[in-house]
Amino acid sequence: MNVLRSLYASSRARIAALFAVLLLAMTPAWGDSLLPKLDIGKGGHCVRDPKFMRANHMYLILHQRDLVVRQGIRGSKYELTNCVDCHASKVNNSVLGTNQNFCQGCHVYAAVKIDCFECHSSKPQHFPAVADNAAIDPTAPIAPKEKQ
Amino acid sequence: MSDINHGRRQFLAQGSALAAGIAIAPGMLLFDFAHARPAGVPASSAVRWGMLIDTTQCESGCDACVTACRKENGWPEPKTAQDVQWIRKVEIKQISTGKQINLPMMCQHCAEPPCVDVCPTAASFKRADGIVLVDKHRCIGCRYCMMACPYQARSFVHEPVVDHSSEMPRGQGTVESCTLCVDRVDRGEQPACVESCAKEGHKALVFGDLNNPNSEISQRIRSVASIKLREDLGLDTAFSFVGL
Repeated sequence: MNVLRSLYASSRARIAALFAVLLLAMTPAWGDSLLPKLDIGKGGHCVRDPKFMRANHMYLILHQRDLVVRQGIRGSKYELTNCVDCHASKVNNSVLGTNQNFCQGCHVYAAVKIDCFECHSSKPQHFPAVADNAAIDPTAPIAPKEKQ
Repeated sequence: MSDINHGRRQFLAQGSALAAGIAIAPGMLLFDFAHARPAGVPASSAVRWGMLIDTTQCESGCDACVTACRKENGWPEPKTAQDVQWIRKVEIKQISTGKQINLPMMCQHCAEPPCVDVCPTAASFKRADGIVLVDKHRCIGCRYCMMACPYQARSFVHEPVVDHSSEMPRGQGTVESCTLCVDRVDRGEQPACVESCAKEGHKALVFGDLNNPNSEISQRIRSVASIKLREDLGLDTAFSFVGL
C-alpha cells in the first residue's frame, strides 16, 4: 500500500512538473499569437506617446468634434483625419479592411465597435491638413491628463 | 527724450493706425478678400454667408452645380424620390406667357430656421456665420426637420454610405442637406456649385458675406431687384433670387 501511494505521489509530482514546463514553454508563444499584429502605415511621431494614445485616443477627439462641427474651430492638433493620414495601411490605403489594419485590428482584439467610419472616410484625405495645427488645444479641459 | 525713442513712438502710432484701418472688428476686415479662417478661431457672427441666384443667367438643361455638389460632397445620383438630394435644378413655366425660369434649389440657410426649432436633439443648428447644419453626431434620424422645411431641402440617408469623402462625412440614418460647402468656406474658397457655375461661364450664383456692405453679393442685392422664397414665412433666408 505504501509503495503504491508513493508511486502515485511521485507520478502526480511528475505530471505537475510536466505541466509547469509546458506552460513555461507556451507562454511566450501565446503572447505572440494573441496580440494584434498591426500595420501602422506611415506611422512616425504621434501627437502623444503610444502608451497614452492606446488608452485615451478616443477622448482626444470627443470634445474636438463638437468644436469643429458646431463652432467651426478647425486645425486642432487632434483630428480623426490626421489619425487616418498616418495610419492608413500602404497595402489597401485604409485603416480598416483586415485584422492587420490599424484601427480594425486593435478594435477586433479589444472587442470594441468603432462608429467613426460609418460616416467618416477610412482613407487618407486628398489635400494636406492645415499647416499650423499646433495653435490650439481644444481638448485640454476634457481629455485626461498624462501622468507626469 | 532721445530721438530714437521719438521715432519708435511715431512708428508704433502709425502701425496701430494701420491695423485699426484694416480690421474693423475681430474677424471682420475692411477689404473683402478670400481668406481662410486661421486654425483655432471659431466662425464669427460678424459674417453672414449668403447667395444670390440670378435666374436670368441660369441655363436650361445645365446641371453643372448639381454635378459639382455631388462630386464635392459624395452623394450618389438620385434615382427615386427618397434618394439623397442636396441641390436640384427646378424649371418653372408660366402657362399664360410661356416664360420659362430655371433655378437651383437647396437649403436657403434661414436666419430663423424651422428645422432647428423642431429638432429634438439639437442636432440641427445654425452656426454663428449663418450656415444651417446637421450635427450628425447627435442626429437620431427622426426626420422632423425634413417635415418642417418649407423648401424640401433636406434628405434622409436610407442606404449605408460606401465611398466617403474625407471632407464631408455622411452616414446612414442621418439627415443631411446643403452645408454651403462649409469646409471650403472655412478654407476661404467658394462653394462647389458657385465655382462650377462660373467655370461654365454662366455666373448665375454669387456667394459672399451679406454683412459686409462692400462684398459683391451685397452690392448686387442693393442694385438689382431680388426676392427671397416664401418671404411671408418670415424665415429671413440667406438666399435671394433675381428674375423670379
